[in-house]
This record gives sequence, C-alpha cells and structure tokens, in this order.
Amino acid sequence: MTVILGQTFTGISIGAVLLLIALGLSLTFGQMNVINMAHGEFIMAGAYTTYVLQKSITSAGLSLLVALPVAFLVAGALGALLEWLLIRRLYLRPLDTLLVTWGVSLMLQQLARDIFGAPNVQTRAPDLLTGNITLIGGDDPLTVANSRLFILGLAIAAVVALSLTLRMTSLGRRIRGVVQNRDLAEVSGISTERVDRTAFFIGSGLAGVAGVALTLVGPIGPTMGTNIIIDAFLVIVVGGIGQLKGTVIVAFVLGVLQSVLEYSTTVSVAKVLVLVGIVAFLQWRPQGLYTLRTRSLV
Amino acid sequence: MVAGAAALAAAVALSACGAKTDAGGSSDKAAKADTSGDTVKVGLLNSLSGTMAISEVTVRDSLKLAIDEINAKGGVLGKKIKPISEDGASDWPTFAEKASKLIREDRVVATFGCWTSASRKAVKPVFEKNKSLLFYPVQYEGLEESPYIFYTGATTNQQIVPALDYLKSQGKKSIYLVGSDYVFPRTANKIIKAYAAANGMKVLGEDYAPLGSTEFSTIANKVKASKADAVFNTLNGDSNVAFFKEYKSAGLTATSMPVVSVSIAEEEVKSIGSQYLAGQLTAWNYYQTTAGAANTEFVKAYKAKYGQDKPTSDPMEAAYTSVYLWKAMVEKAKSFDPEKVKAASDGITFDAPEGKVTVDGASQHIYKTARIGKIGTDGLIEQVWDSGKAIKPDPYLKGYSWASGLS
Amino acid sequence: MTDSRLPLLKERSALKGRSARAWAGFAAAAVALFALAPLALSDFRLGLLAKYLCTAMVAVGICLAWGRGGLLTLGQGVFFGLGGYAMAMHLKIADAGPGNLPDFMQLYGTATELPWWWQPFANPVFALAATVLLPMLVAALLGSFIFRRRVKGAYFAILSQALTAAFAIWLIGQQATTGGTNGLTDIQGFFGYDLNDPINQRMVYFIIAAALLLLIALARQLIHSRYGELLVAVRDSEERVRFLGYDPANVKLVAYVVAAGMAGLAGALFVPAVGIISPAMIGIVPSIEFVIGAAVGGRASLAGAVLGAIGVAWAKTALSEEFPAAWTYFQGLLFIVALAFLPGGLASLVGMVQRRRASHASEEPSPALPVGEAA
Repeated sequence: MTVILGQTFTGISIGAVLLLIALGLSLTFGQMNVINMAHGEFIMAGAYTTYVLQKSITSAGLSLLVALPVAFLVAGALGALLEWLLIRRLYLRPLDTLLVTWGVSLMLQQLARDIFGAPNVQTRAPDLLTGNITLIGGDDPLTVANSRLFILGLAIAAVVALSLTLRMTSLGRRIRGVVQNRDLAEVSGISTERVDRTAFFIGSGLAGVAGVALTLVGPIGPTMGTNIIIDAFLVIVVGGIGQLKGTVIVAFVLGVLQSVLEYSTTVSVAKVLVLVGIVAFLQWRPQGLYTLRTRSLV
Repeated sequence: MVAGAAALAAAVALSACGAKTDAGGSSDKAAKADTSGDTVKVGLLNSLSGTMAISEVTVRDSLKLAIDEINAKGGVLGKKIKPISEDGASDWPTFAEKASKLIREDRVVATFGCWTSASRKAVKPVFEKNKSLLFYPVQYEGLEESPYIFYTGATTNQQIVPALDYLKSQGKKSIYLVGSDYVFPRTANKIIKAYAAANGMKVLGEDYAPLGSTEFSTIANKVKASKADAVFNTLNGDSNVAFFKEYKSAGLTATSMPVVSVSIAEEEVKSIGSQYLAGQLTAWNYYQTTAGAANTEFVKAYKAKYGQDKPTSDPMEAAYTSVYLWKAMVEKAKSFDPEKVKAASDGITFDAPEGKVTVDGASQHIYKTARIGKIGTDGLIEQVWDSGKAIKPDPYLKGYSWASGLS
Repeated sequence: MTDSRLPLLKERSALKGRSARAWAGFAAAAVALFALAPLALSDFRLGLLAKYLCTAMVAVGICLAWGRGGLLTLGQGVFFGLGGYAMAMHLKIADAGPGNLPDFMQLYGTATELPWWWQPFANPVFALAATVLLPMLVAALLGSFIFRRRVKGAYFAILSQALTAAFAIWLIGQQATTGGTNGLTDIQGFFGYDLNDPINQRMVYFIIAAALLLLIALARQLIHSRYGELLVAVRDSEERVRFLGYDPANVKLVAYVVAAGMAGLAGALFVPAVGIISPAMIGIVPSIEFVIGAAVGGRASLAGAVLGAIGVAWAKTALSEEFPAAWTYFQGLLFIVALAFLPGGLASLVGMVQRRRASHASEEPSPALPVGEAA
C-alpha cells in the first residue's frame, strides 16, 4: 500500500517537473505554434542565473527566492530577443522554426560551455528543501521530499498565474484574439507583433523559472536542456495544442505512468513503454487529448 | 540509370582484386610511424566536445602536462614529443575515424586517450589493424587484453573487488546496485553479484538508468525500501547529480546507508556539491590527497599550469603516468617501434603520483594500489583504507575462484 | 502554390533543357566519384568520403520526403540504424564463424546460442534484403497509421523524434544481444573479403559511390514522374489534392517508405566503410544532423541535398579537427542561416543567378519550394 501511495506521490512530483518545463511551451508552441527547440536552453539560462546569483547572495534560501523573478526576466529577455531576431520571420514555416531554433540551442549550449566551463556547476539548496516530511510513519514510512513539494507548489502557482493572465487581463484577451484569428485581431487595432513578442517573453520566462526549480533536483550544466526538451514537447502534443488543461492533465498522467512503470520494470523499459504508448495514443487521437475546435479542414 | 548500372558493374569488376578473409598471411599493411627528424608525434584522442567533454578535457590537459615536462627535460631518445590533439566528440564512430587519421595521416608513434568503454571498443580494431599503440587511462570493466593497448587505469580486481572487500570488512551484508545503462556498470554488477554469492552478501536490487537520465525519484524510493546496508553506485556523468540530490531528499545518509561510487572523482564532487556528497565513499587508486612527494609535485605542477581551483583525479593521474611509462618503455627498447616497445614493457616501473606502479608485460595492465576514500565537506576525498601493496592486474579475474563462471 | 502561368510549349522545352543538364551533372558526378576522387585522395581520406557519401544517400531520401513531400523526417536515424544493424549482425555472425557466438555475446551475454531473432541474419541474402526491406516495412507500418490519421507537420516531426529516442534506449538496454552503447564493433570481413585490406576498402567505396548514383537516378525518376508532381501538390495543398480524388496519405506513404529504404541502404553500407554501428548513430541528434545537410544544400533540389550533405559532413571533419568548439557554433549558424534566410538552401542561390541571367521576358517556373508549409 505504501508503495502504491509512494509511487503515486513520486509520479505527481515527476509530473510537476514536467508541467513546469512544458508550461512555457504551452504558450509558445500551443498558442503560437512555434516549435522552439531552444526552450531547453532557456531552462538552462534560468538554472545558471541561480548559480550566478549565489556568488553574491550567500543565503541559499534568499538566493533561490531572488532567482525566481530574475530568471524569469533573463530567460524572457532571451526569448523576446530570439523572437525579434529570427522567429518573427518564420511564423508561416513552423517546421523550419524547429530546425532554426535547434541551431540556436546548439549555439547557446556552446556559449554556456565557454562562459561557465563544460563541467556541471553546483548550487546550494536551502537546508529546508533538502529534507523531507513524513506522511505515514512506522516501519515503512511514506515520505515526500520538500524540494518536490516546492516544485509542485511552484508549478501550480505558475499555472494559475498563466491562466489568470490569459483569461482576465487585456493582454490575455489580445493573445487569445491573435491566436484565434490573426487577421481579424490586426484589423481590430491590435499590434500582433507586440502581442507575439510579449507572449514569447512570458513563455520563455516560465522556462527560466523552471530552470531555477530544476537546480533542486538535477544537474546544472550545458546539456541540461537537451535532456528534457523532447519530454516537454510530448506533454504538449499529447495534451493538445492550445489547451492549458490538457497540458496539466497529461503532465501528471505521464509522471504517474512513468513512476509506476519504473517501479515495476526498469527505467529504460518504462521510458520506451511511455514513448511507444504516446505514439499509439496519437494514432487514436492525433490532435491530442483536448482540441481547440476550429473551422479548419484538418 | 545506364550510368548507374555501368558504375555498379565497374565496382563489381574492381571488387575482384581484394584479399579474401581466409587468404591469410597478407603482407604487412601497417602504417609506418614517422620517426625521422628530431621530433616525434604522439596522438591525444579525447572528447573535447559533446557529453564526455566534461571528463575527457581534464585527461587531455594532464597528458599535455606530462609531455611538456618530458620535453623540458630533453624529450625521449633525444627527440622532442609533438602532441597532435584530436576531438572524438563523444561519438564512437568519430573516435575510430580520428584514431585512423592519427595513425595514417599524422603517423604518430603512440596514441593516448579514450574514456568510455564504447570509444575504446570502437578504436581497438583500428589500433590492432595498423599495429599502433594506444594508452588507455581509465578504470574499466576488464575482460579485455588487446595486444596493442596498454591499460593504465584499474581493471576490476584493482577497484571493484577491493571495494567489495572493504564493504565486507565493514560488516555490510546486503547491497543495492545502481548504474548507468552501458557496458561498464552491467559488467561490474555481474562481477559484484558473483562476489556477493560467494561471500554471503545479498544483492537486494539492481537498477539501470539510461545515460544522461536525470529523474531518480523512483530509484531512490526503491533503494530506500530495500533497507540495504550499502549502495554500490556505477552511475556516470549527469545522472550522479540527480541521484545524490534525490538520495538526500529521501532522507538517506552516508551513515544510514553509505554509497560507494566508482565514477565520482574530485572533478565530479565539485559539480555535484559536497552538500549532497559529504561522508559518501569512493573507490579509486589515486586521490588528490594521496601522500607522497611525486603527488605533491604533480598537483603543484597541474595547478600552476591550469589554475589553482582545478582538482586532480584518478583518470588524470593515470593519463599522466601513461606518458611516463611509454617514455620508459621506449628508452628501454631504444626504439619507437611498437613491437619493440611492447617487448620492453614488462617490469617497467615509475614513481607515479599514486605510488610506485609496475607494468605487467603479459596483460599490458599495471600493478596498482586500491584506495577507498571518503568525501569531505571541502570537496576533497580523504583515503580511509588502502590495499597496502600494489595489486597484480587480473583483467579476466582468473585468480578468483568465484569469478570462474563470468566469461 | 506552384502556379503554372507558362505556356505549355515553353514548359516542355524547359523540361528538355533541365533533363540535358541533369545528365551532364550526373556524368560529372560519376567521373568525380569514380575517377578523380580515388586518384586524388589517400586511402584514409577516401574512407572518409565513403562515410560522407552514406550521409548523402540519406539526404536523397530526405530530399524526396521533406523537400518534395513536406514531411520533416526527424527519425531517419531509426531506418539508418535498422539497415546498419541488419548488415552488421550478418557480418558479426560471419566473422565469428559457424557455430560460434559473436565476440561481444561471449563477453556480456549468458546465452550459449544465437538469439532467435539473430538467426535469420546468418543468411547473407536475407540480411542484404533486410537492410532495405526492414526499414521500408517499419516505415510502411508506421506511416500507414500516421498519415491515415492525418498526423502532420509538427506532430509528425515530434513523433519521429519520440520514436528515435525509444529505439535508441531499447538498443542500449539490450546489451547482451545488441552490444548496448558499444554497438556492433570490430567488423573484420565483408562477404568473404578482408576489410583490413586497403584494396577491399576501395571496393567498399566504389560500391557506396555506385549505390549513391543509383539512388539519385531513382529519386530523379520519381520526382519527374506524375507521382512526383502529385507529391509536390500534396505538400503545397493537401486539401486540394484530396478534393481531386487522390488519397494524400498514400502519396506521402510512398515518399516516406522510399526515404526509409534509402536510409536503410545507407546504414548498411556505412558498416563496412566505418566498421562500426552503434546507438550513437541513431538518437535524436544524429537524426537532426541528417537533415541539416539537405537543408543547407537545398532540400528540394537533389543535387543541392546531396552536395549539402557531403559538404556539411566534410566541414564537420575539417573544422572539428582544428577547432572543436568553433564547429558547434558553426553548425548552429548553418542551421540558422540556411533555414531562416535561405530556405531553398544554396541551390536556390544558383537558381537566383540563373533567373537573373535569363532575360526578364521568360519567367522561370516558380521555385520548387513552398512559401508556407502545410502545418
């Protein structure tokens, strides 16, 4: 029993990490249909931001709190720059964006290697976040890592903030307007260029926040982005483009699935099963779990 | 289409003139190394880009240090050494390509490098085919004796077996195995299981994660639930960072369940952080803190050349040592010819930073002292146990009765 | 978007001219590959060229599927790997000799005889056929599902990547039977010929060069057939093709399967040329690298894709020999410049020059590349 509960919690915590890294993509890929392979490197930028800040802020807890908004700005700025330099030329060619941003990601990785060195760097986590809390005591205790709880909280907060922004603010209305009908939005007096850039800023900024969170559980190095980017895209694809709730549900489902399969088989087998499962699922529902109803023929 | 068919026909016609595999006794096709002139070239074959660059760049640096030192003292047989550095790019076919370039285009007299078993397996046929020498400086999974490779890192009976002996002497009765999914961990774990079966230890679980995997919460749960006395860790690279962060979060500590790692050296400690590693164990043949005048000098020279914050580690030391061993072999043979160098290799000794090492000519491995270390809060590793004397290399574990069924 | 405003006659004469030029190019390529390169290059460099030509064979398929069909195949690594492993498995069995297990199985495995799925590969005819047919079969199975369900654009690209990742992880996990990360190494013979012999290495090079020319000829036939026009039509406007009564799924499927077979053949010939096949050739990164050559040279032009693939592979060797770090920047820049600013690749530059040279009076047919993609 403890095992099942434990694995469910583990799955939810894996899901929270997935959700956090995919959330920014749900805006840039899901809403704007831009496949940004450099998203992983924006996550990396967020993680390195934490590392740099810790050089001047000695308290691990404080540096983490400061890093969250700073990383959002750093990664967001990188994203807006990328949008302005390259992506705005490519809105009509989504597949080319994939390859162009792959090139950008290669260059950003090498840049990180040149600035910070090829080896991983270390950050300190506040002591509070390296411990765990016991949910069920006894001989076979069920514990949950504080770092995972923190990431879960952060992911939920980010989802809430993003969906409120999209629903309640005028910026959100403009973004949705542009997504649904770009031409109509333009004739209604919305500067679609500015909306695109702002949306890209927010989406990339969320990657930066994810990067800060990842310093608690994973390595901080030049290649950290490549390891997770495909997983993040799969979450969006399975969840359905343009739907925040699809992303949220799928992130947690995939997390739990991965952890349960890992427990009963091996990590490699679990990974292969999850990937093959995703491919099979998309045969059944090629547009993902939730689809935005449109009048398009496809 | 016609041209294509004609081309194919031409190719088939041409194919008639090659040697058959069973023809035997083909002429000596080895590329001759260039030993004319007052310099000789040696190849340095390491990944300078890609995932393995993290580790292999440090090996390249210490190889260069050794070469510079030797050149400053007059070189080898009166000739200066000119290193040609090639990038294997963490990609095994590239390693094979670059090895072949070094031997056939640059005509080097010997090559130093490679890290992963996969890269070594990829270049092994190239060196054998061209009858050229490779010095391989990293601990590995044993079960190999190529006539053209000198192995200056530990084989299994100089690292894994002593680590198990140490755990046994500490009264650890059950262990859990965690490793990356590739040759070294899988072979190492096979040996560990055979040892455990013969020595009354229980192996409570065995888990592999794909290389580069950074999600370890489930494995940490499994390890925790097993309540093993100790964990034997053969993870490599990035995975170690995620594993130890998760390990600590799960409430596991070095006192409750120590982890013995065989791929974490000083450089890796620096990137994971002593916050997560303090008190955990490692098994190597050399630490930056190893006592002895030779090591003090090595560490001093390395830091002077590459920076005060740069640590030295076991593979770096083995690489540094390999250049000096090659020099001694060449001087004994009075020739750069690979066959003569091999013939001269038996019994060559060198006062290495890890202590005195001796080449075993039969297996082309070296005698090494095994050392267990404990990671300190300062990021350095302190020795807590050593094997007392240099252990004779035994890549096929022929001297261990429990290992008879392994290969 | 290929609107044909040209009078029919003019188009025909343009076609004839194009065909003559193609023959000239083809002959020049044959001379370069069979006469110039073997004379000018050392054994070592010729071996490298053989490796580049294998990449070019993959690029021919990519040109067909991506350049002409709009299918961004980011999973060519799988087919390359299937072909490579099929060939390497046979060669390993042959090296070991009858009754013996391949060396790595003796080291890492526990089995005393060949696993059942290895056994058919002992037969050379089966193995040779499998190098091409196995990738085609897998592609046909996958493609018939994917295209019938109208998965396309980004979904298709990401799905391909997921599959490559799954295949690589699976291969690595089966160390006892696939060699794991090491792959299948130390291949000594090639159907009875000793690969250590430089003459035989040359023979391998000639076979590869001939195979590449054959594939180019085949692809050209396909591109200039009715099918080729249909394929471009599907790329540019799938819906219109459907309304005309064709099934776009089948059109795409053929391009996908042919490209897979080409990648399989390339993988199979890569094995004797390099002597190794490993999961390192299969993952997500190599799959993307296969695409870049075609993209730089010009994805929609056969000559562009082939020369691009050879050029990029050569640049990788040359640059990474001198400046490993610079190579990464350069590779990144190549992607960006080629795709963001020169979507037709270098081949489109040639086209531009030609168009300028031709007087204003005669309009060339619009470039063989869509402005927008059917996403």
